[in-house]
Amino acid sequence: MNRGKWFDLLSDNWMLLATLLMSILPLSVGFGLLIESMPLLRQYHLRHLVSSSAWSPAEGKFGMLSFITGTLWVTGLSLCMAAPVSLLVSIYITQYAKPWLMRTIHLVMDILAGIPSVVYGVWGVLVIVPWISQKLAPALGYSSSGYCVLSGGIVLAVMSIPYILHLQIEIFRTIPIELKEISLSLGATYWETIKYVLLKQARRGIIASVGLGISKALGETIAVLMVVGNVPQIPENMFQAGYPLPALIANNYGEMMSIPHYLSALMFAGLILFLIICLFNSISHWIIHKMHQT
Amino acid sequence: MKCIMAIATYSIILVFIYMILVISREGIPALSWEMISEIPGGGFYFGKEGGILNAIIGSVYLSVGGTFLSLLISIPVALYLNIHLLHYNRITAGIRYLLDILWGIPSILYGAFGFVLMIVFHLQASLLAGIITLALMITPIIIRAFDEALQGIPEGMLEACYAMGLTRRQIAFQVFIRQAMPGLITATLVGFGRAIGDAASVLFTTGYTDYIPKSLYDPTASLPLAIFFQLSSPIPEVRERAYAAAFILTIIILMISLLIRLCTSRLSKYQI
Repeated sequence: MNRGKWFDLLSDNWMLLATLLMSILPLSVGFGLLIESMPLLRQYHLRHLVSSSAWSPAEGKFGMLSFITGTLWVTGLSLCMAAPVSLLVSIYITQYAKPWLMRTIHLVMDILAGIPSVVYGVWGVLVIVPWISQKLAPALGYSSSGYCVLSGGIVLAVMSIPYILHLQIEIFRTIPIELKEISLSLGATYWETIKYVLLKQARRGIIASVGLGISKALGETIAVLMVVGNVPQIPENMFQAGYPLPALIANNYGEMMSIPHYLSALMFAGLILFLIICLFNSISHWIIHKMHQT
Repeated sequence: MKCIMAIATYSIILVFIYMILVISREGIPALSWEMISEIPGGGFYFGKEGGILNAIIGSVYLSVGGTFLSLLISIPVALYLNIHLLHYNRITAGIRYLLDILWGIPSILYGAFGFVLMIVFHLQASLLAGIITLALMITPIIIRAFDEALQGIPEGMLEACYAMGLTRRQIAFQVFIRQAMPGLITATLVGFGRAIGDAASVLFTTGYTDYIPKSLYDPTASLPLAIFFQLSSPIPEVRERAYAAAFILTIIILMISLLIRLCTSRLSKYQI
């Protein structure tokens, strides 16, 4: 065989191998996390782990409820802020704005999406935390150190907006312009067209984009960890500190080898996170896939 | 209603500008030539002399190594999806779905998975483990971006290549890569930017050290971890160093974004 044939064989097989490797990677990540959590799951009952908020690894107490609620608080707050803002901005950009504004927003979005998590964390510590502890919390009658779930929510909202916005702009672009023209020609005002025609068409895509925003917000670690307070308690209001799941994993990697079952507990937290994120991701992508089909 | 939307839009731009301003305002005063050219001295973490050269070089080693390793896997996968598997729509849909799941997995879980791999292969926290973890993390990003660029190549090009008798390997590496070169460079730069800024995946797997790594098995410092560790110090001078490091990292990312925009417009000369 000549040299070209050897290259063909090498290349084709390497491509196949690489593709197979990438295809089994999601399963192996889940599997690896599962196997490492097995020691903990064999020792404690699953229901006890997920419903108890007693967290004291040195005494063998691994109740994950505080972390799950912390994650829910932070993610929920961030989505309450990010979803309306991105919807408003995406409608404005695709329907009303001049081209230079669209280019500027694209540029800003790309750069914001690329800024590392630590830099968002630094900004949060410098700006958001003092603002909450000195201005916002006293104004609403609470006293807070500023390191609370609300700070985490605000920082996460700013981080998720570029992703949600990008997806929503694409969705609005795929709506055929004839739909708008027909509605306007029937006498609807511009705003009525947007509200009743465009939003209805794009409804599924908007849900999918929010779903993807949720899965992004669930997993962000470093930025949230720097501003959220890291106290293993169930936050009673948004000005109290919390402790989301990713922050738990990141903070305790140093001590986990010395206490029995600590590593398994952290891997179990990772497994919970992985399953929730995969669920949201799959649903969102399935919705998008269905949208492209029709 | 239109007013509210306009306010929302302009406030995003304002928040962005404000963020850059805050980082610059805190970071630039603490920046000095010795900061970027020396490794930490003895009393570095108590406010004395030294710099963060260990973190800068460590980050460069990690990102370049991780991006290179990732390209070894991403380029073949994307080309395979678009050339060999072109007509197997169900299979490509399935693989793209799996890649989307991988894209959505947060970096802390890649760090945890990297840690599991380290346990299985008996590796210490080292440059090698960090490079492997980073490569795993940015491969879905690069595949997705390159795949979109490849999907933009008209099918007529593929048919013309087959008509001339090219093998699939030749089509892949001599035709398609050249056609999608802007997309490939963009994808690589995006991956590189992600790799250099990510802290959660290198936290477990790479460790931290004051020295520049001399072998693949040495622990390595990285810029995001340098910022993270120094920010929580009680000493103000050390905190200011964290701001300066954050400023350096932001400048690197801004330069990469600029490069991406330039490359997209300049490198289209092979495209039809």
